Amino acid sequence: MSALTAGRRTVAEPTDPDAPVIEARGVHVRLGASHVLRGVDLAVRRGEVVALLGANGSGKSTLVRTLVGVLPAESGTVSLPPLERVGYVPQRVSAGGGVPSTAEEVVASGLLHPRRLRPPRGWRARVREALDQVGLADRAHDAIGQLSGGQQQRVLIARALVRRPEVLVLDEPVAGVDRPSQEQFARTMTALVDGGLTVLVVLHELGELAQLVTRAVVLRHGRVVHDGPPPAALGDHSALGHDHVHPHAADDMAPRRGEPGGTLLDPTLGIETEVRP
Amino acid sequence: MNLADEVVALLTDPFMQRALLAALLVGAAAPVVGTYLVQRRLSLLGDGIGHVALTGVALGWLVGAAMGLAPNEALAIPGAVVAAVVGSVLIEVVRRRGRTSGDLALALMFYGGIAGGVLLIGIAGGSSGSLMSYLFGSISTVTTSDLVITVVLCAVILAVGVGLRSALFAVSHDEEFAVAAGLPVWLLNMAVAVLAALTVTVSMRVVGLLLVSALMIVPVAVAQQLTHAFRRTMAVAAVVGVVVCVAGLTITYWNNVSPGATIVVLAIAVYVLAVAARPLLARRAPARDPHPDIPDDVVLTTAPAAAGGGKECAP
Repeated sequence: MSALTAGRRTVAEPTDPDAPVIEARGVHVRLGASHVLRGVDLAVRRGEVVALLGANGSGKSTLVRTLVGVLPAESGTVSLPPLERVGYVPQRVSAGGGVPSTAEEVVASGLLHPRRLRPPRGWRARVREALDQVGLADRAHDAIGQLSGGQQQRVLIARALVRRPEVLVLDEPVAGVDRPSQEQFARTMTALVDGGLTVLVVLHELGELAQLVTRAVVLRHGRVVHDGPPPAALGDHSALGHDHVHPHAADDMAPRRGEPGGTLLDPTLGIETEVRP
Repeated sequence: MNLADEVVALLTDPFMQRALLAALLVGAAAPVVGTYLVQRRLSLLGDGIGHVALTGVALGWLVGAAMGLAPNEALAIPGAVVAAVVGSVLIEVVRRRGRTSGDLALALMFYGGIAGGVLLIGIAGGSSGSLMSYLFGSISTVTTSDLVITVVLCAVILAVGVGLRSALFAVSHDEEFAVAAGLPVWLLNMAVAVLAALTVTVSMRVVGLLLVSALMIVPVAVAQQLTHAFRRTMAVAAVVGVVVCVAGLTITYWNNVSPGATIVVLAIAVYVLAVAARPLLARRAPARDPHPDIPDDVVLTTAPAAAGGGKECAP
């Protein structure tokens, strides 16, 4: 990919089922004068659901944007399946340009890839199917601008799903999203993961996805400071009947793990304003 | 002479035949490209390119005069094509470097284009009066070779603009996603820039460089009043473009008024009509509450806090 200038980018089609489908090695990214990522290693294997956690400015979004080729890496290597098998959901864009467009049209643009610049035959059915997966089949002909923020986010998820990806990369899919959309999102993801989808998702908090996430990677100041099981306390709090993850509630979990990254498991995890250098 | 005879006379007049065909093609092509420009919030780009094309016209004239070509302006249109393409590609490059300077670059194109055109035409031995037919259009003087250029360029514009509609839409709508999807974003952006430049030069004969942008943008503004889908906006805009171009030109067959100005005034009249008609169309749509009652995250009862007590935090 031309997006990577100094860093190397490869398209991986591993034959070994245990080989990572997404892999970053020593990825260093500089935006202007600031070093946003400082040598990040990340590997996601087939069928995993990996949550990428960290404070604002820790480099989560930069990492996924580098993985999908939007940002160039200064050094390091990135490997990903061919782009037509990767679905990417960026952080919500504002309601589009100067010409309004319908949900169907936006989702249809997800059908395009390097070797296909025109929608394939039967695209309407596939678009309808993807919108159905996110529970918006009846809004296909509504203008994007008329949908709520959560619904717009679901349209962007449908745009990634319409590609029938093996790997889904999502950048804060539930940030500032209304409750019904969050629940719908969790249902959609559960069904997809059961179907064998590999997921890398940037989150502020595990929330509705707690049951689904198999591993958590935590970034702080552009470095991976934790890579392992998702923080348990957050899981407890997103259990049934619990409305929200509470920042100060997890007294029982912080000191538990005695590993170098242990402090990360402190309850401030994922609450952006409280994580400080 | 009755109306039927008048119409037959109009349709058999070779000048009029050429002019009508040119108007028909340009009327369809300009709004197709205009739709992408409006989507990218670059409605004024056509104007900027038009000004630069004027320098191209003068430059073509200068080169033609230096080479001693029969009509001095033989190279005017090729000159305009080259200058317009170079200008719009430059704008695209500047736009990619940083959004703020795009506005300034457009302003520089406006002034530099006009000043360069007037200056060069003087050096070429013409007067600024010689530029009038390019500034305001001269569709009634379309020659057969002009027509061939127009047909070819319009065919290219329509083929690319409509054929690659999905890809061009994807890039204009969300460039980051287009990159991640693996689309050739740079190439598609350049395609839009070159399409805009070609549209400006073919529209130059019909409405003139000063009004080119109107033909690209006003039909899109009309279509937006009537639909909220991208594809339909483009289709309605093209129909509006064809109707106003052909109608405007037909009017000038009987009345000695400027075709370009007539076409643009007609287009704006259609826009006003569409704005006026919009409430009537909207009332027919079924009423639907855009904000149905959905559960929210706000806990209004002061239930005992879960563990650790105290603050509720919004997501």
